[in-house]
Amino acid sequence: MTRFVLRRIGLALITLFLLSILVFIGTQLLPGDVGRRVLGPFATPEAVDALNERLGTDRALVVQYVDWIGNAVQGDLGDSISASRPVTELLGRALRNSAKLAVVSFVIVVPLGVLGGILAALRRGKLTDRLITVGGLSATVIPEFVSGIVLIIIFAVWLDWFPGTAAAPPGSGFITQLHHLILPAIPLVLVLFGYIARITRAGVIDALDSDYVRTATLKGLPRTTIIRREVLRNALLPTIAVVASQIGYLIGGLVVVEVLFNYQGIGRLLFDAAQKADFPLLAGGVLVVGAAFQVTMLLADISYSLLNPRIRVGGKT
Amino acid sequence: MTIPSASRVQRWAVLRRSATFWVGAGITLMWVFFAVFGELIAPFDPLGTPQDVLNRLDSPSAAHWFGTDQLGRDVLSRVIVGARSALTVALAATALGTVCGTFLGLVVGYFGGIVDDIIGRILDAFLSIPLVITAMIALTALGPNTLGVVIVIGLVFTPLIAKTVRAAVLAERHLDYVSAAQLRREGPLHIMLVEILPNVTNVITVEFTVRLGYAIFTVLALSFLGFGIEPSVPDWGLAIAQHYGFLTGDIWWPVLFPALAIASLVVGINLLSDGIAQAYES
Repeated sequence: MTRFVLRRIGLALITLFLLSILVFIGTQLLPGDVGRRVLGPFATPEAVDALNERLGTDRALVVQYVDWIGNAVQGDLGDSISASRPVTELLGRALRNSAKLAVVSFVIVVPLGVLGGILAALRRGKLTDRLITVGGLSATVIPEFVSGIVLIIIFAVWLDWFPGTAAAPPGSGFITQLHHLILPAIPLVLVLFGYIARITRAGVIDALDSDYVRTATLKGLPRTTIIRREVLRNALLPTIAVVASQIGYLIGGLVVVEVLFNYQGIGRLLFDAAQKADFPLLAGGVLVVGAAFQVTMLLADISYSLLNPRIRVGGKT
Repeated sequence: MTIPSASRVQRWAVLRRSATFWVGAGITLMWVFFAVFGELIAPFDPLGTPQDVLNRLDSPSAAHWFGTDQLGRDVLSRVIVGARSALTVALAATALGTVCGTFLGLVVGYFGGIVDDIIGRILDAFLSIPLVITAMIALTALGPNTLGVVIVIGLVFTPLIAKTVRAAVLAERHLDYVSAAQLRREGPLHIMLVEILPNVTNVITVEFTVRLGYAIFTVLALSFLGFGIEPSVPDWGLAIAQHYGFLTGDIWWPVLFPALAIASLVVGINLLSDGIAQAYES
């Protein structure tokens, strides 16, 4: 078990290292002259040189990378160019806001997706099943800004049930904040529902076809007891892994949803950083997003293996 | 060489009976038709005329079924012609990713070993950043342009498609027809392209249609965010970006109709690829 965990942590570290190189290439190497990209075509060469010197982008690439990653490990991601404030400070606030939106989405989608998947599996091949699987898959491919726009038109413009922006006035209570976050959460729910329902459905079908369920049925246990005790316990395992693997997607979806609903989260922050060519903020933000994704995947893999001994044994090879 | 299969006939039979496939194919073909012949079908000039400014943001009427936009251009005409930018960019990106990914997958699957491990790690690192964000960084660094969108999405798709093709090649590699070719002293390139490739086309077809859906999703999200499309081109994502500020004034038509167009196209392609995937699985 320890060996599996250590191996898994090692892999995560290698991946993070590669990720940091990719981010570095994207934000330091690709722009060519960073100072020129930030200041635009009309800035004087002196101003561009001065900015490059201040940012340290006039040094050798290897030196820049080592310096950047060395500081990042110690929790210093440099200063934002556009806001002149530490990147970590901006990220902290944005992550807190995004976390609220993500929690609301997950609280809605996980029970719904699991229930949908169970229902589809129990009615396998019938109309309910087709509706849930085809409907879920179709909802998954509709971009969030499209479903978001339709929701805003119906529920904010026509019916006026929900506000059209996600940001509650400062100092609002829990209920007001929640009221603002429901509408932006739904596009994310629609995209995630299909995935979660599909995996749950597959898990439940596998369990229903298994020997232990047949044994339980032949023993004469009532069907609801079998489903609760035998089927769900086994079927929900893969769901954990899928839910965790969607965290990365979720952050991509947040960019679009937060821009549409004008919400100051991590997605909006990255979008603004990209628009203003704020490379330190962009690099720090993407690094944090990637690291968060790797940590979630790590925790998901470990908790999955704790619950499922078969994976543990497989991990030793 | 291709292993002759009776399954091709069965596959057609499954496809013919699949309602989702036909609905998906119908919707997709409609948009492809609009993308090709848009200007001939559109009731007005989608790029607008100078006197259009007189009827800016008119609500839907008998003349303008979908209303007019902020410059007085006919929304219906722009929705019809807008299929072109979504489809061409997404198709080009998917084609690029499929060609590169197939080749990479063939090489990695055929040779295996260390190349396999390295690609796997890089893929993992890539996948921890959402595609929209990867594309956003690259387009910020390179400057936004349509060709950039094609290249970035194509490059991100390459390892994803390579992974699937690799798995399929691994299954083929030890079959007799490959050993026979090796005994005939055929070169590795010949074996990969002439012997193995024809036998993994089904995997590639499914992968292509699934990726095409994702590509449209991403291209439109990027054009909504303002990356990659020139402002005057009729484009659904761009139309939504330019007009959603008007929603507070109860002006919904320049936004709702492009949104419904996007939804119908992505759902159509998804039903199509779902039908094809099911036909190959059965």
